[in-house]
Amino acid sequence: MTQLILRDLVKRYGETEVLHAINLDVAEGEFVVLVGPSGCGKSTTLRMIAGLEEVTEGEIEIGGRVVNNLEPKERNIAMVFQNYAIYPHMSVRRNIGFGLKTAKLSKADKNARIDEVAATLGMTELLERKPSQLSGGQRQRVAIGRAMVRDPAVFLFDEPLSNLDAQLRTQMRLEIKKLHTRVGKMMIFVTHDQVEAMTLADRIVIMKDGHIQQIGTPAEVYHAPANTFVAQFIGAPAMNLMSATGTSSGVRLWNGAKVSMPDLSIAEGREVTFGLRPEDLKTNEGDVLAGTVTVAEPLGSETLVYVDVDGSEIIATAPGRTPPKAGDKITLGLSGTDAHLFDTDSGVSLRAG
Amino acid sequence: MAATDDLAIRASSDSLLKAEARPRKRNMAQFIRWALLFGGGILMVMPLAYMISTSMKWPWEVYNLGLIPEEPTLENYTYVLEDGRFFGWFLNSLIIATITTLSALFFDSLVGYVLCKFKFRGRYIVFIAILSTLMIPTEMLVIPWYMMSQQLGWLDSYWGIMFPGLMTAFGVFLMKQFFETVPDDFLEAARIDGLNEFQIWWQVAMPMVRPALAALAIFIFLGNWTAFLWPLIVTTSSDLYTLPVGLSSFGDEADVAWELIMTGAAISTLPTLIFFLIFQRFIIRGVVMAGLKG
Repeated sequence: MTQLILRDLVKRYGETEVLHAINLDVAEGEFVVLVGPSGCGKSTTLRMIAGLEEVTEGEIEIGGRVVNNLEPKERNIAMVFQNYAIYPHMSVRRNIGFGLKTAKLSKADKNARIDEVAATLGMTELLERKPSQLSGGQRQRVAIGRAMVRDPAVFLFDEPLSNLDAQLRTQMRLEIKKLHTRVGKMMIFVTHDQVEAMTLADRIVIMKDGHIQQIGTPAEVYHAPANTFVAQFIGAPAMNLMSATGTSSGVRLWNGAKVSMPDLSIAEGREVTFGLRPEDLKTNEGDVLAGTVTVAEPLGSETLVYVDVDGSEIIATAPGRTPPKAGDKITLGLSGTDAHLFDTDSGVSLRAG
Repeated sequence: MAATDDLAIRASSDSLLKAEARPRKRNMAQFIRWALLFGGGILMVMPLAYMISTSMKWPWEVYNLGLIPEEPTLENYTYVLEDGRFFGWFLNSLIIATITTLSALFFDSLVGYVLCKFKFRGRYIVFIAILSTLMIPTEMLVIPWYMMSQQLGWLDSYWGIMFPGLMTAFGVFLMKQFFETVPDDFLEAARIDGLNEFQIWWQVAMPMVRPALAALAIFIFLGNWTAFLWPLIVTTSSDLYTLPVGLSSFGDEADVAWELIMTGAAISTLPTLIFFLIFQRFIIRGVVMAGLKG
């Protein structure tokens, strides 16, 4: 039973602390995505798990043993890098086999293992090629193959899709997900792309400034964000945040509009932040808010409309077939049960769970 | 290192040629460029032409500066090739240049790699210290080298001729700059795959800087092949002479046999010429890239 545990993990470069006591438990076979803006410490965390960065404080445990002082090769992990890091002077076969260099296997066994991995990744016919003769997606597949060949307990991915174009990225994302289903190994995946995080993860770890903001399933972090950072980071377009004040039955928004919140009680007069996802704002159904469309962005299935409501910009979604146009006056309906409330000072969600 | 300078100039004039200019001024600028290049070309080729020409002259014609010998002869070649000493010197040069090249490639790239990829206290100072030795001319180093060789008993030996060139500051610099172009991801991937640091350098990093290694090999080989001053000073027995030293000893005290020296020189340029023709694409690439990254 392989389990990965990070205990109060701290990383300092000189005086600067970049990771502040990270705690994380990952179960066997789980796909966990670390996501956050650049500089949030996600890659540092991954590199510490890999053994490429030293642990300043805290413990990393893989499969029941503390690996802080073990070399990368002794940790039973494999890593896929952003720029693939496949060796240009070696054939695909040698690249994949490179991970077996230190393994005590006979040549025949190694070749059999390489062939098996190549077959899994559908690249048997590419084995004798050089990396320069491969496309970006194929190179990434070689990099994944090199990780797979050693049959590690943990797969680490450091933004592996960032160098691919949009279409290929979607395709490789799907392949990685299928691969996970097939091999069933623990995977830790670092990305700054929240769509990748949402689509791939069993659980998402959202990080900012060296702190974990929230750990949860994609549905949890989307529907019950722990704070305003998560609320805005997950979901595109971002959640609308408005200032509001508590009333006896709900909240009064910044422009005076009243919203009843039957499932939540807030002290009267308390300053809060009111959050609503664009898809929870119904255009021309109900009239809690009214304003003028400034920009309409058709996406096909739906249209994003940017609405100027009393000087604030609110994003809403409208049906794709009959979208409002820029300059149209529209009303927006909403329900208090869809809304999120956050403490104005700390940004922490007032909805438990 | 003269070869280095020439190539660097060539590389930079290449980029000058590519520079955009306004059409009206372009013709004139083009003309001046071609004129300069033509002049430079003549300057480069003339000594070679005289070398070949003189090697085909009789002794009585040597001081006649005409480029075409009046009575061309291959007698000098027969003489030099039949003189047993020539092959000995050729072999000495070959052994010394080869060993020095291999050694410098190994140590320069090892030091360059460490200075580039390992973060340790004082590495910048070490690098600057190594670089600053480039400012000291060979002529100044010859005396301390000699005294050192004298004390250690290296005078008049292969080792004595070779030791100053076994590692070069220029090579360390060149290799360090090239290793900068090798992304750390490759090294880290290898580290995760279980290689030790030496294996990472040898199996992953070195193959990725092959062009630089080839360029450095040529620079160092040529530099040692043509080295004159130090081998002349450190050797006393003619058995140990390198080609340039040996050639200069043709003739006697009263007269220098220029036709024989030129013949020997012509023969000794052949290996370097072949070497260059094979590896020239690496040289140009190496120099240009070193310039870009520097």
